[in-house]
Amino acid sequence: MGVGNTGKGVSELVDEVRDRLSSPSSQELFALLIVLGIVVLALDLVRRLATGEMAFGRLWRYTWNGLVDSLYIALAAIGLSMTYSILRFANFSHGDLVTTGAFSGWAVAWLIGGWGVYGIGELVLFSPTAAGPTGGELGMNVLASPVAILVGLVAAALLTVAIALAIDRLVYRRMRNASGISLLIASVGVALALRYIIGVFWTVESHSATASAPILEEIPAWLPFERLNLHELTLVVTAVGLIVGLHLLLQYTKLGKAMRAMADNKDLALITGIPTERVIFATWTIGAGLAGVAGYLIVLDRGQFSINIGWFLLLLIFAAVILGGIGSIYGALVGSLVIGLTINVSLIWIPADLNEIAAFTLMILILIVKPDGLLGGVETA
Amino acid sequence: MSDPDPDGDPETDTAAVPDDEGPDDPEESSAMIRPEWRSDLLLVAKVVLATYVGFFVVGVLSGAGVNATVGTIQSITFFGAIFALGALALNLHWGYTGMFNIGIAGFMAIGAYTLSIAVASPDGSPAGFGLPIPVGIVLGTIAAGLAGLVLVIPTLRVRADYFAIVTLGFSEIVRLSVQSRSLRQIGDTAYGTGGGQGIRATPVDSVVGWLFDQPIVGDVGGVLIVLGETVGIASSVLERGIYTLVLILFVVAFYVLLTRIAHSPFGRVLKAIREDELAAKSLGKRTDRAKIAAFALGCALMGLVGTLWMGSRTHISPDNFMPLITFYVFVALIVGGAGSNTGSVIGGFAFAAFIFEGPRFVRTMVRANLGTDFPRTAHGAFAELGAGDPSALIGYVLYQQADEVRYIVLGVVLIVLMIKRPDGLLGHRKEISAGVDLSRRGPVADGGRPAVGSDDRAGTEGETDDPAATNGGDRDE
Repeated sequence: MGVGNTGKGVSELVDEVRDRLSSPSSQELFALLIVLGIVVLALDLVRRLATGEMAFGRLWRYTWNGLVDSLYIALAAIGLSMTYSILRFANFSHGDLVTTGAFSGWAVAWLIGGWGVYGIGELVLFSPTAAGPTGGELGMNVLASPVAILVGLVAAALLTVAIALAIDRLVYRRMRNASGISLLIASVGVALALRYIIGVFWTVESHSATASAPILEEIPAWLPFERLNLHELTLVVTAVGLIVGLHLLLQYTKLGKAMRAMADNKDLALITGIPTERVIFATWTIGAGLAGVAGYLIVLDRGQFSINIGWFLLLLIFAAVILGGIGSIYGALVGSLVIGLTINVSLIWIPADLNEIAAFTLMILILIVKPDGLLGGVETA
Repeated sequence: MSDPDPDGDPETDTAAVPDDEGPDDPEESSAMIRPEWRSDLLLVAKVVLATYVGFFVVGVLSGAGVNATVGTIQSITFFGAIFALGALALNLHWGYTGMFNIGIAGFMAIGAYTLSIAVASPDGSPAGFGLPIPVGIVLGTIAAGLAGLVLVIPTLRVRADYFAIVTLGFSEIVRLSVQSRSLRQIGDTAYGTGGGQGIRATPVDSVVGWLFDQPIVGDVGGVLIVLGETVGIASSVLERGIYTLVLILFVVAFYVLLTRIAHSPFGRVLKAIREDELAAKSLGKRTDRAKIAAFALGCALMGLVGTLWMGSRTHISPDNFMPLITFYVFVALIVGGAGSNTGSVIGGFAFAAFIFEGPRFVRTMVRANLGTDFPRTAHGAFAELGAGDPSALIGYVLYQQADEVRYIVLGVVLIVLMIKRPDGLLGHRKEISAGVDLSRRGPVADGGRPAVGSDDRAGTEGETDDPAATNGGDRDE
């Protein structure tokens, strides 16, 4: 009997396995593919490191760049994730809030840096004529004019918030009960209008706003750096500070609780007396403020920018939000980390102009396999 | 049954759209709601005519000149045809099936690049295969359809907004791939995408030259060009116009194809999916299969549009396929109203006339009236405004920044439409998924004559109504 039983068990098992193998769902197939891919890449990485084909230093540099990239992606992704969970639509104009932050913040920084020496128009428009100053001549780095940079940072946040609130009032408030797709389409309209209104003033050409970044050569031995780019450091410190602050805000204030409640169930939140319009106000304030800061910091780090800076970032932000599970802010942080690392560490295997393809492919695969995101789709802040 | 035939025929003189469709019409229409060829055609003709007259009068009165005005009208028609084609293809995805595809640029890119690689000369850099253009167009269409197939099968069950992001991501993947240096020349072969520099090939509109070599068409064309030159229209405008006529033939073909699909059992399944996929599935419809087929077909059509549009340039590059052109097509469809083929055509035309070409036309008028001597920067414009010269600011915005103005108008139109008329201009025409007109049932049950439809049809409609209802019910798969 025992033998017969096992025989049956085995044949059942075989049948089941055959069943699974002969008709695996597309999700399972893709999940298998992704896991296989990651395993192969990890093994290859170990091989390269072991054979000395690739130095540890290079891997560390890619990882560090990935961390830096993931920080500004995270700043922008938080806002996108919040609007997704509270207003319930994919906001395609979020990238252009990043652009708004970059332009408004640096315009203010230039205004302060060159006040009295150059004309207001020349400063605000980043010297449209050849006669105007350059970022270097204005000393736009964190050591030479820390006040201008700091005020610019604050201005980037405030002005972006102001514009986001104005847009909400003009557009989204009239569509509070519209479907997600209608809001999505309207947000595309907002994105185009906002970007090209900026374009009318600043043209579509690329601008260079900063002086070259001061480099710190003397670094304590325990830090794994040979030299430290102070602009990069500013980005890291600001971003980490804001993310920690946001965490405290969400976890320990009544506003945070209200936001989480509203993300969970809007009707229930209304019934319990949560002032939804005030929560929406807070959502735009936090989300747009962080997006504006992100735009400002990206320019600080890179120097060059144009009106497409936010649009080109948008899909990466979406990828991060999706990876983390749409609506989850901590998920967005994890997703940003994955995306930031992906676009940099993937350079080990693929040429630099294909790295975003890797990130977008990862995004599509995650959407297919695990549409709830890596953290299981807790749609709460 | 004899009535619809004369119904279709008198239209032939208004435009060429339905006359080849006339014979197919009756047997199709008896079983379901008839496509309203007559009134639709009249509507399209009215809109087009009114736009032409409007642009012509404004153009000539404003002193832009006959050639420039006719040139504008020609490019309105060209882009109107292109966007009508795009909107018709998108209508199959979004209007009928409810699949929110914002990766149109990617499918156009696949079509156009396949065409260029197939057609480009084998000696060029990057080299092509030197195939004839029609073969290239077919290959491009098939390639885009296959890409759609590959994309849609795993993403069938993804939520609508996720699907939007997937398709946008896909179109960016396509664009970044063709832009990539590593695919400029694949491996050791000479073939490739040309990277950021793009690829050079014989343009599709060389068909015009071929047409001129044909016996009758060529003579007519030659006469047209001579006539044009006497009124002051450049021959290049006319040649471009002849290519536009070819495009209009494609619009007619797309329209007929999609209308036939929409009124077939397959089309009703698509509409049922749009309304309620679960219900359609519960009724035993193979919704997955229908969605895959509809998506692949729509993508193939988008690829075809890509070959006809971008293929008409001697040179294509990745910058031609920015996600922006996806939104051109989307606005065209939304203006017309998703779910209506006639709306798609009108929307494509209206978009091309007022949003796409409008700002350029204003630019032409500004140049004719105020010259071209405008400040190049906002700084200069405001400085001159401060000095008491407002024309500098006007010139700066409308002349120097005409493209930006176009995008702003595009965005604002999108927002206003979404707030005020989310269904578009002809959105009320959205076809329902039922095989019979549900709205007609009330009056018939009363024993009265159907209250809707044009008067001359009322007699036949009443007779064919009941068998139609039963036929339609049985025939549905």
